[in-house]
Order: sequence, then C-alpha cells, then structure tokens
Amino acid sequence: MLNLLWILLGSYVVGILLPLCLSRRPEVQSLAAGTPAVVATSAGIVLGLLGITSSEPVTASLVSTIPLLTFAIRLDPLAAFFILTISLTGLAVSIYAIGYMRHFDGRAPVSVLGALFNGFLCSMTLVVLADNGIFFLIVWELMSLVSYFLVVTEHEKAEVRYAGLFYLIMTHVGTAFIILTFLILFYDSGAFSFEAFRHPKQPLPEGMRTFAFLMALIGFGAKAGIVPLHVWLPYAHPAAPSHISALMSGVMIKTAIYALIRVYFDFLDGQFPWWWGFVVLLLGATSALLGVMYALMEHDLKRLLAFHSVENIGIILLGIGAGMIFQSYWLKELAALGLLAGLYHTINHAMFKALLFLGAGSLLYATHAHNIDEYGGLLRRMPWTGVFFLIGAVSISALPPTNGFVSEWLVFQSLFLSYQLPTVFLKLMLPIAAAILALTGVLALACFAKAFGIAFLALPRSTLARHAEEVPASMRVGMGLLAAFCVVLGVAPMVMLPLLDRVVTPLAGISIGGKVLAMDGWALAPVNVEFSSLSTPALSLLLMALALLGWGLAVTFGGRLRKRRYKTWGCGINLTPRMEYTATGFVQPIKRVFSTVYQPTVKLETEFLHESRYFAKRRHFEFHIEPIFEKYLYDPLVAFFTTLADRLRVIQAGSLHLYLTYIFATLILLLLLAV
Amino acid sequence: MLQAIILVIAQVTVLLAVSPFLAGLIRKVKARLQLRRGASVFQPYADLAKLFRKQPVISTTASWVFTATPYIVFASTISAGLLVPTFISQTPMNFAGNIIALVYLLALGTFFLILAGLDAGSAFGGMGSSREAIVASLTEPAMILSIFAIALTNGSTNLSTIVHKTALLEGSLTDPSPHLMAFAALFIVTLAETGRVPVDNPATHLELTMIHEAMVLEYSGRYLALLEWAAGLKLAVFLSLIANVFAPWGIATTPAPAAMMIGVLVYLAKVAALAVVIGIIECMFAKLRLFRVTDLLGVAFILGLLGLLFFYILRS
Repeated sequence: MLNLLWILLGSYVVGILLPLCLSRRPEVQSLAAGTPAVVATSAGIVLGLLGITSSEPVTASLVSTIPLLTFAIRLDPLAAFFILTISLTGLAVSIYAIGYMRHFDGRAPVSVLGALFNGFLCSMTLVVLADNGIFFLIVWELMSLVSYFLVVTEHEKAEVRYAGLFYLIMTHVGTAFIILTFLILFYDSGAFSFEAFRHPKQPLPEGMRTFAFLMALIGFGAKAGIVPLHVWLPYAHPAAPSHISALMSGVMIKTAIYALIRVYFDFLDGQFPWWWGFVVLLLGATSALLGVMYALMEHDLKRLLAFHSVENIGIILLGIGAGMIFQSYWLKELAALGLLAGLYHTINHAMFKALLFLGAGSLLYATHAHNIDEYGGLLRRMPWTGVFFLIGAVSISALPPTNGFVSEWLVFQSLFLSYQLPTVFLKLMLPIAAAILALTGVLALACFAKAFGIAFLALPRSTLARHAEEVPASMRVGMGLLAAFCVVLGVAPMVMLPLLDRVVTPLAGISIGGKVLAMDGWALAPVNVEFSSLSTPALSLLLMALALLGWGLAVTFGGRLRKRRYKTWGCGINLTPRMEYTATGFVQPIKRVFSTVYQPTVKLETEFLHESRYFAKRRHFEFHIEPIFEKYLYDPLVAFFTTLADRLRVIQAGSLHLYLTYIFATLILLLLLAV
Repeated sequence: MLQAIILVIAQVTVLLAVSPFLAGLIRKVKARLQLRRGASVFQPYADLAKLFRKQPVISTTASWVFTATPYIVFASTISAGLLVPTFISQTPMNFAGNIIALVYLLALGTFFLILAGLDAGSAFGGMGSSREAIVASLTEPAMILSIFAIALTNGSTNLSTIVHKTALLEGSLTDPSPHLMAFAALFIVTLAETGRVPVDNPATHLELTMIHEAMVLEYSGRYLALLEWAAGLKLAVFLSLIANVFAPWGIATTPAPAAMMIGVLVYLAKVAALAVVIGIIECMFAKLRLFRVTDLLGVAFILGLLGLLFFYILRS
C-alpha cells in the first residue's frame, strides 16, 4: 500500500513540474498537467478503498531536524475515506480540466494553472494523511495558499482580487484558531504527534477540553463555511476557475469536516458533554437554512452554488451533531448512525456539487455569461451538459432515487431517533431540526428548479445563449463521470455503506453495518427495521415500472401518439424571451414570505411618457437583500481593527534606533522572566 | 413473493380506479351545495378517456423535459401511494420507504412540474411554478412534524407499520390530544398539497389565482390526462393517509380474501367521506390570497409541533 502512496505523491510532483518545464509548448500543457493528475487520483481511489478495508492503519514517517516536526503520515479508515472522496472528485475534475483549459487561452498561463491544480490536489491529500500537528499545519497552510493563488487566476479584475484577499484573511484567521487548538492539545501531551494527542500523559482538564472544542469549531468552521464564518465562500468560489471551484467546494471545505471529526472523536476520544453536540447541531441547522435562503436570491450561478455549499455543510453537521449528542449519552449505535449519515452526505455532496460547478463552468465556457437570466433554452443547444446538470440538480435537491436523497434520509432518521434521548429538551429540539431540514430540502428544490428551469428551458434569453455550443468531449466525460457516481451512490447504497461502517466503527466504537443493511443489503434500516426502512433500488424499479405503466395506459386508451408542435400562446403576439418568467420573478414570493430574513430594499423608478401618466417609457427595478452578517458582524470588526491599528501606529516611528530599543527591551524582559 | 406482487397490482388498481371518483364526488358535493345538479360523479372517467384520445399539441419552445414530466409525475405519485396502506394494513412495499420517502417522492413530481411550467416559455407557467415552489416549501415541514407525533406513538415512521399497529391497538395511546393536533395539521397540509380551496382553486383558470392549473396550462391530450390523473391520485394518497393513520378501523390486517373485501369497501367509504368534507369546505371558504396562505400553513406547523410537545409531556 505504501508503494501506491508513493505513486500517488510522485504523480502529483510530476504534475506540478511537467507543465512548468513545457512552458514553451502551450498546446500540450493541459495534457501534461491532466495526465499525472488522472494517474494520481486513480491511485488515490485504490488507496482509499484499500485503506478503508485494511485492518491496521498504515504509517510512514520521515524525521526532520526541526524540533517537534516529523513528516509523519498515517492512513486509517477515516483518512482513507477522505482520500477516496478527494480522488473520485479529483479524477473527474482532472479529465474536465483538460478541455476547460482552452477557456483560459491567452488569459492566464495554462502551465502555472496546471501545476497549481496538481499542487492543490496533493496538499489536500496530505492534509488528511498528516499525522503530526506541525506537519498538518504546514500542508493545511499550503492548501490555503495554493487555493488562494488559484482563486486569483483572473487577478486583473478588481472583484477577483477582493475575493482573494477576503479568502486569504478568513482562512488565516481560521488557521490561528487551529494553532490554538493544537497548542492546547500539546500542552498536556508534550509532543505534536497525533499519537501523543490521542494518548496524553494526563487527561486534559474539563475547561481546556471545552476551550479546544470551541477553538477547533471556529478554526475549522472558517474553512468549512459554517454560518457566520461563511462569508468568504460566495466571493471566492465564483472568482476561481470553475474546475477549481468544484474542488474547493466539493472537497477542500470537507477537509475541515475531516479535521473536526479527527479532533472530537479521535483526539478528544469522543467524550464530551451533550451541549457540544447541540452547538454543532444548532450551527448545522442555521447554516443549512440560511445557506439555502441566500442561495435562492442569487442569480449568478456560481455564487448560488457557493451558498449551497454552506447549506450542505450544515446538513453534514446536522448528522455529525446528532451523532455527538448520542455519543454523550452513550447511545453508541445512534452515534454511529449520525456520523455515518454525515459522512455519507460528505461524499455525496462532493459528487453533486463538483458536478454542478463543472456544469456552471461549461455554461461559462459556452456563453461567457455569469447570470442565469442571460442563459435560457440551453437544453437544446447543450443537451449533454443539460442532462448532467439536471442529474446534479435532482441530487442536490435530495430527490429519490439519487445520492443526495439517501444521505439526507439517513440524517432525518438520526434526528428522528432522538426519542431515545433522556431529556425532553433534546427530544423536541432534534425533530425541530428535522423540520428545518425539510424546509431546507424544499427550498433547495425551488432553487434548483429555478437554476435549471431558467438556464436550460424555454427560449434563449440573450444572443450569447442563442449561439452557445456544446462543450468538448473531455469536459462532457468529466461531468458524466460525476453524474454516474451520483446515480450509483443513490441507487446502490449497499456499495458505500459497508465502507462507511468501517470508517465509523473505530470512531463510535461499534459497528452498525449489519443492522443498517437489512434484507441482504436491498434496504436500509437505521438500527431498527421496525422504526424505518428505505430501499432505493426498489423505489427506482418502481418508478421505472410505473412510468412504463403510464405510457402503456396512454397507448391503450389513446392509440399511437400523433403530436403536433405549435408555438406557445402569447395572448395574440409572438412569444419573446422578455415575456418569460425571470429568476427574480420566480423567487419573488419566497422573498416576500421570508422578508424578515432578507430585509429586502426594492427601488422602482418609472419614467412616464410626456403625454400620459398611464404609459411608462422606462422602468428601472433594483433590489438588494441586506447582507446581515457582513453589515452587523464583519463591518464592526473591520472598523475595530482599523481603529486599533491607527492607535498602535504611534509606536511605529519608522526609526531604526527605536526598533533596536524595542528588541533590546524585549530581550531584557525575556531574560528577567527566564530567571 | 407472488402474493406481494398481486397485492401491489391490486393497490395500484384501487388507487387508479378510485382517484377520478374522488374528484367527481367533490365536484358533485359542491354542485349540490350550490343548488346545481352537477355532472355525474363518474364524469372524470369520461374526461380522462376523452383526453387520452385527443391529439396533444406541444409548444415548439418546449424540450424533452416537457414530455417526460407527465410520466415522471404519474410514476412518482403512484409510488408514493404504494407506501401508504389503503385496504390492507401491511402493504408489500412497506420496506421501500417511510414517511420521508413519501414526502420526497411527491417532491420529485413537484420538481418536474415546476420545470415543465417554465419550459413552454409563457408567463402563466412561470407564475404557477413560482407559486407552487413557495406553497410546497411551507407545507413539507408541517407535514413531517405532524406525522412524527403519530410515528412516536407507534415507534415507527413506516406508514404501514403505524397503521397496522394502530389497527391491532398495539400503540400506547393514552390521550388523544397529540393525535387531534396532528390530524388538524395534516388536514391543512392535504388541502395545500392537493391544490384545494383555500390554498388553490382547481376550478379556476384565472391567472391571479391559479397555481396547479397554471403549471399544466400548456398541456393537452394524453399528457394532460396523465397529469390530471396524477393530481387525482395525489388527493387519493393524502386521503388514504389521513383515513388509515387516524382511523384504521375496518382495514384488513391479514391478506385473507374476506377481510380484504371488507377492507376495500370500508376504505372506499372512508375516503368518500373525507372527499365530501373537502367539498363542503370548498363551498364554505373563499380562496386565500397567496400571501395569507403562509399564515394557514404556519398554523399547521405549530399544530404539528404542539402535537409533539403534548406527546412528550403526557408521556413524562
């Protein structure tokens, strides 16, 4: 297995160096970056599967001369599961990128982009493999920096530079909190190796554990995009090239989920009071609901998808939070179920979100437009992209029988099983979280009905859309692969569940695979087959059979189909795209019903004809929703730090002598402290 | 296995057969209450037969999504119907899904209907789709909460298990108040989901008021027939749900022929009674403005929540 690991890392290194060496030959650069990435990710898939199924974790380490730092890696089932997720997504994205790179001809250096792409995948793989605190921080920082460089690919645009800066600041604030977490863990174990974190010499005092919990939640939450730390996502994801957005949203934010599980269930040994889980659950519910609500109001397709990442991280946290609550009451089976649901949603979200971002990239490639109100009618012009996007949309809306449905269903079950908890408060709170999840699910449905309906159906809404053409084959293959994963993970959950069970077993201390897979694996039955069961294979067969029945009935009663095509009735005049419903119009009722959340400001200016006020010459409509978090949380913080910096400027005189004095004073102070 | 297949076919047949009758019955009740004679209760069957024979006209603007939608909606609605017990308490498809699966199967149909509404490119379709989106998003949380209160009494979220246990009086019901609240919530949800007054008016074609009818406005011929049938089926599914979850009396608990015969008759009587109630409600109330519907559905949500709260308080 180690050999496979070296192949994987070696391929990434080749992928980083090769495009840079071939900087004179732009025509082969995208292939030079893509091929090693395909090899590496394929190796990663095998490595992930082997890592999950092997009984003993694989370790390797390289001692360095720097104190406390060893380049140690450890492949246990949890790490292997995330490698599998990264590699499955990475494989499809690498194939897609080969064709997509043409979009950047003359706009960005393809060689650098290709090298960074491989570096990004490599750093994410190392993050989940790292087995030493300092090494983890190094690769974590590497991942953040590489992704920052990728975000600012189109740095000639001011908004891209702003997005990059915003992302850079947020991710570093996060890293600061992660360092604090590790320092707390280091405090009692005296070493930075994860092994020492797991088995500290003396157990951490309760206060320190709570502190570590909160610091990790903030630190990794900033990367995952938990509300209110989500504000960077809708800036950074649209700014990055689409295949990078697919990786950032599909996989990178998941490394934070990995780290949270690692810290809570591995380092802190899964022993915590109930309110930890409740805090996670609360944040999950808030993120899920607010994420989808803000997504509904977005008409820039990539910003919309970015908000949906916030939503889905919320759903993942609902599963994990429920698992943590059960864990603290020693309901081992249910804890395992919650974790399993969260992890299943993690891999599912990686698949459909990457697919949707790649779809958005294809639309950009074909039309060069961002706003869905400029698309329209693309299902005819781009039939493949359309079908793949539809599969992604159905999956993210959690509709049966796709993968999103299965994992959301599992999250629902773990929330429903709360009736086994001893306190009435939690018994009530978890079903309310389930109701919030239901609301989130339907709003996501509305959002993707809007996104697909406005972008792909009816008449083209702009000349760009009218002349759009289907994307090249490699891009279609990349999307097709992810669409296939979405369907397989939904229709055949019995493939994934035994693997997930192996991942969850060491964390929750119990294996539930045998119980969850009822009826020889054809049905899922969370813990108790009496309580609930689901069989997506049966449901998909049923759906197909009944659709055939509908067709059969139509033929029996109606005979052979003779359909006539005629234009849509436009009340006597020819139908034009301007008569179609727009995305803004579509979400207007939702905006109005939830106006307490959105705080919308609407401005309508009408210019009337000179002759009569009954005829309008021009109307100008504008609406904004209040960016609550930025206005009430971030702006005051930024203002505070700017003022603070202004005050502190007094000590920065710019004179070398003064600085030497400062250094001298500090030295004396430290010496005094040492004595 | 053979028995299961026969039962599935029987249930599909019962649902298909009973759904146009329910629509006809509601229309008849409304007509009588308005002192009209009204069409025969079997008129919807004739309507369907005629629609199937008519040549469909399809918009040149529409894509394959438009023609695929009727089949998807039809299939997803019957699949949902197979998860709900009708005349026998132990449905063979019980293992395939619980209440969440039911809700999401219906959502699958809603999703494609919304898309089809947008596909023809006319503003009416978009209007219907947009309204359907908001109504659907407000009903589902209420529906899940209301069913959950009942699910807890029986220790199951699988509808068939709930009904079977209630029918055999195995549930630990001590006080009916959680069930009454859940019933009220589910009834409101039914009115909203099946597009009845006061949420939507199936008898209108006025752009200011229609929701469901606006989405299917561009359909004709066999496609419209399938969608009309599916709408009737959805009503039948919800009425079966209410009838059997809250009043499982008379339902067949074993697959014995005699019990099943009685089961079918009792089932017909129960859903017909509920249809009459809906007809009366449609006569007594005016349609609400779209933005007042939220209040009604908010009430349903609160009722579901109260049902849950009462359940735990009465238990402890």
